[in-house]
Amino acid sequence: MPNSPSKESHFVVSAGAHIHSGESVPKIMWTVFLALLPAGACGVIVFGFAALKVMLISVASCLITEALIQKLSHKKISIHDGSAALTGLLLAYNLPSGVPLWIPVIGSIFAIAVCKQAFGGLGANIFNPALAARAFLLVSWPKYMTSWPKPFNVDGVTSATPLMMMKEAHVFNISQMGVSYMDLFMGVRGGCIGEVCIFALIIGAIYLLWKRYIWYQTPLAFIFTTGILSWLFGAQGFMTGDFLFSILSGGLILGAFFMATDYVTAPLTKRGRLVFGVACGGLTFIIRKFGGYPEGVSYAILMMNAAVPLIDRYVRPRRYGTQIGTDARAK
Amino acid sequence: MLRLPQLKDLTANLPIRPAKIPKKVYIPLSQHIGKPCEPIVKVGDTVKAGQLIATLSEKTIFAPVHSSISGRVTAIDEFPHPLLGASRAIAIESDTADEKKEFKRLSQTDIDKLDSQNIRRIIADAGIVGMGGAGFPSSVKLSPPKPVDTFILNGAECEPYLTGDSRLMVEKTEEIILGLFLAARCVGAKNIYAAIEDNKPQAIEAFKDILGQRQIKIVVLKSQYPQGGEKQLIKSVLKKEVPSGKLPFDIGVVVHNVATVYAIYEAVYLGKPLYERALTVTGDCLKHPQNLLVRLGTTIKDLMDECGPLKKEPQRVVLGGPMMGVAQYSLMAPVVKSTNGIIFLSEGEIEKAENAFCIRCSRCVESCPLGLLPCMIALAVEKGRWDLAKAYGVLECMECGACNYVCPQRRNIVEVVRQAKEKLHR
Repeated sequence: MPNSPSKESHFVVSAGAHIHSGESVPKIMWTVFLALLPAGACGVIVFGFAALKVMLISVASCLITEALIQKLSHKKISIHDGSAALTGLLLAYNLPSGVPLWIPVIGSIFAIAVCKQAFGGLGANIFNPALAARAFLLVSWPKYMTSWPKPFNVDGVTSATPLMMMKEAHVFNISQMGVSYMDLFMGVRGGCIGEVCIFALIIGAIYLLWKRYIWYQTPLAFIFTTGILSWLFGAQGFMTGDFLFSILSGGLILGAFFMATDYVTAPLTKRGRLVFGVACGGLTFIIRKFGGYPEGVSYAILMMNAAVPLIDRYVRPRRYGTQIGTDARAK
Repeated sequence: MLRLPQLKDLTANLPIRPAKIPKKVYIPLSQHIGKPCEPIVKVGDTVKAGQLIATLSEKTIFAPVHSSISGRVTAIDEFPHPLLGASRAIAIESDTADEKKEFKRLSQTDIDKLDSQNIRRIIADAGIVGMGGAGFPSSVKLSPPKPVDTFILNGAECEPYLTGDSRLMVEKTEEIILGLFLAARCVGAKNIYAAIEDNKPQAIEAFKDILGQRQIKIVVLKSQYPQGGEKQLIKSVLKKEVPSGKLPFDIGVVVHNVATVYAIYEAVYLGKPLYERALTVTGDCLKHPQNLLVRLGTTIKDLMDECGPLKKEPQRVVLGGPMMGVAQYSLMAPVVKSTNGIIFLSEGEIEKAENAFCIRCSRCVESCPLGLLPCMIALAVEKGRWDLAKAYGVLECMECGACNYVCPQRRNIVEVVRQAKEKLHR
């Protein structure tokens, strides 16, 4: 019976709180996964069945790699937590749909084995695994990573992405490219699988913001910094750039809402996330404008990932009863 | 700060009802912050309810202890204590007569003549301590070493489940206001605030109805946790912060909890020492959760039986609120002066801590009312870097548990904070 004193020793005694919000890593990760699915569905509509194959293979390879490594290192297998699946999905979203299918496999292995597990697993990695894998693939197999299938074309015809046209073909405005802002917004353009449909990405992002699973500081700072700098320093002189084009083209929206907000590799404080977002935006602009590569979002985020410990060290919340965040260097 | 589920519906509308007089009470000699009392009764003595049974003659920080029932002292020994694990206590067996010591009532004219010194003496003799959970002797808190101009009545009751203060405010409004004036007079405070969270509309109404022209400002606060913490309440009410390392009186403020102020009323007007208090006995395991007026020293077991039968097997029994309360190992632990609730939680409401790796989600940073970085403190402690933990402000942590509540990895940050404090204080 519950009243018997012998039961007393079964009570759980620990420090408070004795109730919990109910949040958990699986819940968060799978919710982000879900929020990304509309953009993936659009990718499949735009680029066809090939895109779906890349996504499935990428997610599966990430799950298998994570399970294998955890098994071999005698750790608890935790692929149900959704973090590996999310890495796989994000990696696929950062690939062109026409890549040979071993590309997502190699990318997944690199993401999980080298970028995540080698650092100690979830929570311990410095770089966003999906982005680091993308960077790895891009330098290793640039040919596959930069041939972009034309939207709604199954014959393997490739085309340039809007950013490539801007950079390499010296087109200065959107009308010369034969696309409209609406095309860019809905995803009718060349590009990576998950980055093209801004509309679907924003729906997912709003859902995550509403659930408070991601914070608004980084994405807004990131997007506006990139947009404003691109407008200020346009190709035809000061304040001639195309604000809308700069934010709708390339992987900015995907990166800002879904990758620069990755908990593990972003700063801890609100102001820190603001700094992070502004710096990501600045770097993206610099790479796009002066770099040898038309797109800068991935490298900008990766570079800022490395700066996160520094940001966390100097940007602190204000402590109650003090004027400033106290410096936490041990004396 | 955090928005928490209220979970107060179980008892929010139930009037405070006197609990059955227990057959036996275990009255700890230490129910306050300060030196434990020494018994002035012997085994075999008969005592009446309200009779002084333990005190100290020296001048130090303490609060005397009174018998809560009439009967015979059967033992003075180590018994379970809800906050200390175990401590010396006086066991008294009831004679069921519930005979009370004669209390000296004062008329309003007598009371108007009392000076601060007299009021403080009455409060000290009645054994009153901070009844919101702190247990610091009230007479000491009412003798601030600096001039004070502001008095705040703490009616926030920000912990989920608890409704005792809220019921007191509805049922004993006039008495609380009389106590409030007395306490404010004691410290010479001109500005008096009554701070109540907006999840207690009945209490707010009751105060508004009765206040009329009297010089008390009602401040209705948005319900947030841990707003009932002294420093948070001062910030919410006065938009001022207590500087780091200082106490409220340093900025001219004294805060007292509703139950404490009511006890002050009873002590001064009715001459009644603190031997019973209102508290909430609740949780999803109980068939009949209630607000009860409980004699101090009543065991958890007695109150569980009174509010039972059990619907579910309790996994965790918490004395105090579900955020900052203390999980009990024994149902024989008694109610003490600072106990504002007893909560019986089943497995469904709590899950065992996994204490998995931190994923830096920053929820703890957002929720920390003191602006600390709880996750970094925890990492520093886990690495044995006590110096770093200290630099991250671990000693300022008030252990409100907000970080534990929000952590998706269920890391027990409060636990490691305590480890660090112990290590650093040694």
